[in-house]
Amino acid sequence: EFRRFSLERSKPGKFEEFYGLLQHVHKIPNVDVLVGYTDIHGDLLPINNDDNYHKAVSTANPLLRIFIQRKEDADYSAFGTDTMTRKKNVLSNVLRPDNHKKKPHIVISMPQDFRPVSSIIDVDILPETHRRVRLYKYGTDKPLGFYIRDGSSVRVTPHGLEKVPGIFISRLVPGGLAQSTGLLAVNDEVLEVNGIEVSGKSLDQVTDMMIANSRNLIITVRPANQRNNVVRNSRTSGSSGQSTESSLPNSTPNILANFLQGEEESDEEDIIIEDSGEPQQIPKAAPTSESLESLTQTELLHESTQNGFLPSSEMNLNHSAGSISMEYEVQDPDHKSLEEDGTIITL
Amino acid sequence: MRRFLRPGHDPVRERLKRDLFQFNKTVEHGFPHQPSALGYSPFLRLMAIGTRSGAIKLYGAPGVEFMGLHEENNTVMQIHFIPDQCQLVTLLDDNSLHLWSLKQHSGASELREEHRFTLKGPPGSPPSATQITAVLPHSSREVLYLGTESGNIFVVELPSFRVLEERTITSEAVLQRVPEDYCNRRSCELVEALREHPKNPDQILIGYSRGLIVLWDLQNNKATHHFLGSQQLENLYWQRDGSKFISCHYDGSYTQWPVSSDNRQPEPLENLVPYGPFPCKAISKIYWQTTKNGLPYIIFQGGMPRASYGDRHSISVVHGSQQTAFDFTSRVIDFFIIFSSEPAAEFDDPSAMVVLAEEELVVIDLKTAGWPAVHPPYLASLHCSAITCSHHVSNIPLKLWERIISAGSKQNVHYSNMPWPIDGGTNIAPDPPQRDLLLTGHEDGTVRFWDASGVCLHLLYKLSTVRVFLTDADPNDNMNTLGEDEWPPLRKVGTFDPYSDDPRLGIQKIYLCKYSGYLAVAGTAGQVLVMELNDEDAEHVVDHAEADLLQDQEGYRWKGHEKLKTRDGPVRFEAGFQPFVLVQCQPPAVVTSLALHSEWKLVAFGTSHGFGLFDHQQKRLVFVKCTLHPSDQLALEGPLSRVKSLKKSLRQSFRRIRRSRVSSRKRRGRSGNVSEVQEANAKFDQDALQEMELAPVQRKIEARSAEDSFTGFVRTLYFADTFLRDSSRHCPSLWAGTNGGTVYAFCLRVPPAERRMDEPVRAEQAKEIQLMHRAPVVGILVLDGRSTPLPEPLEVAHDLSKSPDMQGSHQLLVVSEEQFKVFTLPKVSSKLKLKLTALEGCRVRKVTVANFGSCKTDDYSENDLAVLTNLGDIQIISLPFLKLQIRYPCIRKEDVSGIASCVFTKYGQGFYLISPSEFERFSLSTKWLVEPRCVVDVPEVTSNNHVHNKPGMENAARKSRSSADCGEDERKSGRLMEHALLNDEKVLKEIQSTLEGGR
Repeated sequence: EFRRFSLERSKPGKFEEFYGLLQHVHKIPNVDVLVGYTDIHGDLLPINNDDNYHKAVSTANPLLRIFIQRKEDADYSAFGTDTMTRKKNVLSNVLRPDNHKKKPHIVISMPQDFRPVSSIIDVDILPETHRRVRLYKYGTDKPLGFYIRDGSSVRVTPHGLEKVPGIFISRLVPGGLAQSTGLLAVNDEVLEVNGIEVSGKSLDQVTDMMIANSRNLIITVRPANQRNNVVRNSRTSGSSGQSTESSLPNSTPNILANFLQGEEESDEEDIIIEDSGEPQQIPKAAPTSESLESLTQTELLHESTQNGFLPSSEMNLNHSAGSISMEYEVQDPDHKSLEEDGTIITL
Repeated sequence: MRRFLRPGHDPVRERLKRDLFQFNKTVEHGFPHQPSALGYSPFLRLMAIGTRSGAIKLYGAPGVEFMGLHEENNTVMQIHFIPDQCQLVTLLDDNSLHLWSLKQHSGASELREEHRFTLKGPPGSPPSATQITAVLPHSSREVLYLGTESGNIFVVELPSFRVLEERTITSEAVLQRVPEDYCNRRSCELVEALREHPKNPDQILIGYSRGLIVLWDLQNNKATHHFLGSQQLENLYWQRDGSKFISCHYDGSYTQWPVSSDNRQPEPLENLVPYGPFPCKAISKIYWQTTKNGLPYIIFQGGMPRASYGDRHSISVVHGSQQTAFDFTSRVIDFFIIFSSEPAAEFDDPSAMVVLAEEELVVIDLKTAGWPAVHPPYLASLHCSAITCSHHVSNIPLKLWERIISAGSKQNVHYSNMPWPIDGGTNIAPDPPQRDLLLTGHEDGTVRFWDASGVCLHLLYKLSTVRVFLTDADPNDNMNTLGEDEWPPLRKVGTFDPYSDDPRLGIQKIYLCKYSGYLAVAGTAGQVLVMELNDEDAEHVVDHAEADLLQDQEGYRWKGHEKLKTRDGPVRFEAGFQPFVLVQCQPPAVVTSLALHSEWKLVAFGTSHGFGLFDHQQKRLVFVKCTLHPSDQLALEGPLSRVKSLKKSLRQSFRRIRRSRVSSRKRRGRSGNVSEVQEANAKFDQDALQEMELAPVQRKIEARSAEDSFTGFVRTLYFADTFLRDSSRHCPSLWAGTNGGTVYAFCLRVPPAERRMDEPVRAEQAKEIQLMHRAPVVGILVLDGRSTPLPEPLEVAHDLSKSPDMQGSHQLLVVSEEQFKVFTLPKVSSKLKLKLTALEGCRVRKVTVANFGSCKTDDYSENDLAVLTNLGDIQIISLPFLKLQIRYPCIRKEDVSGIASCVFTKYGQGFYLISPSEFERFSLSTKWLVEPRCVVDVPEVTSNNHVHNKPGMENAARKSRSSADCGEDERKSGRLMEHALLNDEKVLKEIQSTLEGGR
């Protein structure tokens, strides 16, 4: 069924209301559905909370194309980056998933129910011998769980082969985030931390850099085992961040679509408790309109030229609700303990 | 707009930066670490000190100092000034000789190395043949005599260091006329001492280590006299008239020998063991000084009875019936006597003794009865008790300055009034622009006030907090009391005393309000003292309060040290800073932060458990706040339970060594298989070493969490009058930052002055900010509506600062170890940030707001942040936009104690410890620069200015030589220390006038 209706762009309202509206429009008041839309890159993305709903509305140009599936027979694999370009006919795919499905798809859950823990990014701009891994620490109580050490590696330089000092992963803690991703291994050489080269830096400096970035750590390594490297296929897409290719043999289960495109810096959300009230995230002071414009421009510049480098300012446009609540939970014990002196009321 | 404001893209800003910032290490304050040699030039009246790291430092009149560094970084063994020259020769432990000279360049003298030289023997000869043991610069200034281990004396020409082989004095030649039986008994061995005849430059006295002394005639190249000493020789000294000389020996004796033309092999006149009859230690150096009244001064180093006083470091002065053995707390490196150097004078008439001990310089006035010590204007022994913290206060009001000086002068009554006897050279540096105080806190509970305005860091006043507490040490235990008939007549001198009776007394934080004279100090056992300056002695009770920072949180036990016991009843305090309030934190953990607001009469203090606010007017605790995380057991138990105090562990290891020595001796006596045990031990050691090498250093990568240890540790406290609740009313506030990245803000209600005693001060928590990166908060600052940091308390009241802009919106700057963040106030929203660690891998160690003035125009200055990182770099970051301006490498990153000790001033200078006893002073500012600028003239040139004390002119030849030197100097171009001059007309004029005055 197709329905066409209009929304006020400036006041999209809440997701709940929108969801209700859809149910009403389609006359399916008691059916659980999945809502998806295609973004400007042609990716099929879910709409399941206020943030991505607002994002969806704001990116509509001018039409917002929405797909609705019944929850029980939804094709979860359809969502994600590049989904629209990868699959020749998304529409048919979405509407008649059985046509393409040879074997039953493993249902994990929807992005609202799980978070990414790691991803391989920037495959298209890095040499094949390197791997850029992103560890999503926020919201998980799993330790990052790895150690680094000094070492030396052989480099090709204008003066021939040279032994140069380097930083290596020395140990993975069993059950830690780093180990569970399967993307990092002992003796992998660390080349960059969040886009900054580590050559010339001491072990302590690299340690400090990693800890400072620990909530959103991106490390570029030269894996010790070079046999599992990505074999490039001739994909033309310029979109970065996607590496869930079937050609990657054994790490697929851990690799999740990097669906949070405008990456926020969740580590920067400091919390303020005012007058013994509730903790809140500290908002960004509203800049003047002129500087906002230039800010966005720089932002885009960053995105396109320095892939993998974190933008220097915050664009919290599609923060997932999950991670916010997790951050509050981290805070909880703190306030309970402080309750005794009566100056703070806990959550 | 933003794009154009980026650093590095704006030529105007780049030019301005050049006018504002400049990095210089300007001068080293304090006492050189590990001194190894001492030299003195009576002609220049300059003293030289060499160190084990190859540095050489020259000191004259206060402000006159020079420093040089040997490239080799080897120990300086000996320093000899070339007679009547601006030159000196150093001997290093690698047997190299270095010629240094003081030359003038653009008005100021500079110390430069001119030549280096290593004595080479004939091919095939052993290294000992050329190992230099004694150096004699001849008064002709043309040659150096070099005594060696082989007993040969080589002659080298100056300044070229050309060996004059035909003039070598071989030991064979010396031994020719020595009686056969004496020769058989002992070979010549090494040359221990070389001394030129005081009247006849053609004769030199050669002392060999086995006891033989020879007077050698340089003209005829033969020995004229042989003195057959029977004891191992240590040193020689000529009497002024050349008729006698004195030798001192290894067995603690000294011997006088006559020199006359009739007896070529004289017997000793007198042989004396001053501290006999039991075996004594060697006398390593001796002076024999004649006086008008006939009684000589005999001054010698060592010679103490071996068994009972063998461990003393002493220098004895004997003058008739007076005898004192000055007892130094550290090893004596060397000493010299300042006496009349005028050749025409008949007597030596010694005036002062200058002793270089391992840890301090002591000068004794020999002219005043009782031989009191002279207060040195420089080379202060900063580490007489280990420095535990430092605090710098710029621009001290004259009134406070005078009061501190007057309090200090009452403490210095036992010092001699003699003017500083080492007074060579002229200080031509401009007067320091302002009066600066550097306060150092020490392990023994003292705070020392140093005049840090100029090149000479000298002690103004010493404050002790010990009196407030009951300690084990007996205050009557005075080491200086001298028993009537005690022998040897030891007298302790010097201030170096590294042993603290109670480490809890250690001072950890200092805050001085320069306007009100209020001083707050806080220490290791949670004690916080508030003091007031009083010009008179006084006896009063110190009000005492306790602050329970745990606030009844159950189940914790403090396993650290106990709190200090206080003295009951009134306590007598000498004039100066007198405590009137004592707050003791409970548990008595080390105080980690301190802030004082003299206008509101409040003091805030923090430990690893929490922080508190005390009203020192009403003497009432306003509130305490526990910052502990309940899981943080480590902080609760106290650090001492885990980390043993260094002293304790040292003591234990000494005991262990002693025990092992005893036991090994026993073992050796009893069993034969010692070697087996030793072998096993060696093997074990080796294994352990190998294991250490195998396990590589690794670092854990883990995000910080709220449960980490010491998150509650209060790192910084800050008072501000700002908009905390709403934007219409501002109020006093207290801000605290913790190790876990939390910032607490308390709104304070301070009653108005007229009701200050009637109403209580109230506090209410208004805000709590949790930085999500959880790095320790090291600095909090509020910027006013003009983005200027809020002024210090009372600064506005004293008309020294514009009152802050209370109209515009205030901003809060929070500096953590990893990031700088600006938030708006009163509604906290993040405005700006600068990430440091995430981008550079370095962390903030120290941060201060500094005011930088332009060197080009007087009317421009700006406030920036001066930041020291854990890598030892200094960065200047602009306010309020947080843009990195410039970065300088300053301290080696391995030098952890240097980085920890760094303190910035308000005007872009700083100090850090380069050794336990030395502060390096550096400047980041083009405008505020304190560095030595001085001239050392050959005395004739400036004789009109310096008639006093200076030896008169001697001969015309020298005069012409020196003026030729000057001419040459001016033509030579140097590189050092010219920046300040060229820009400053005043300085240029001053130099001009000095030069003209000199001519």
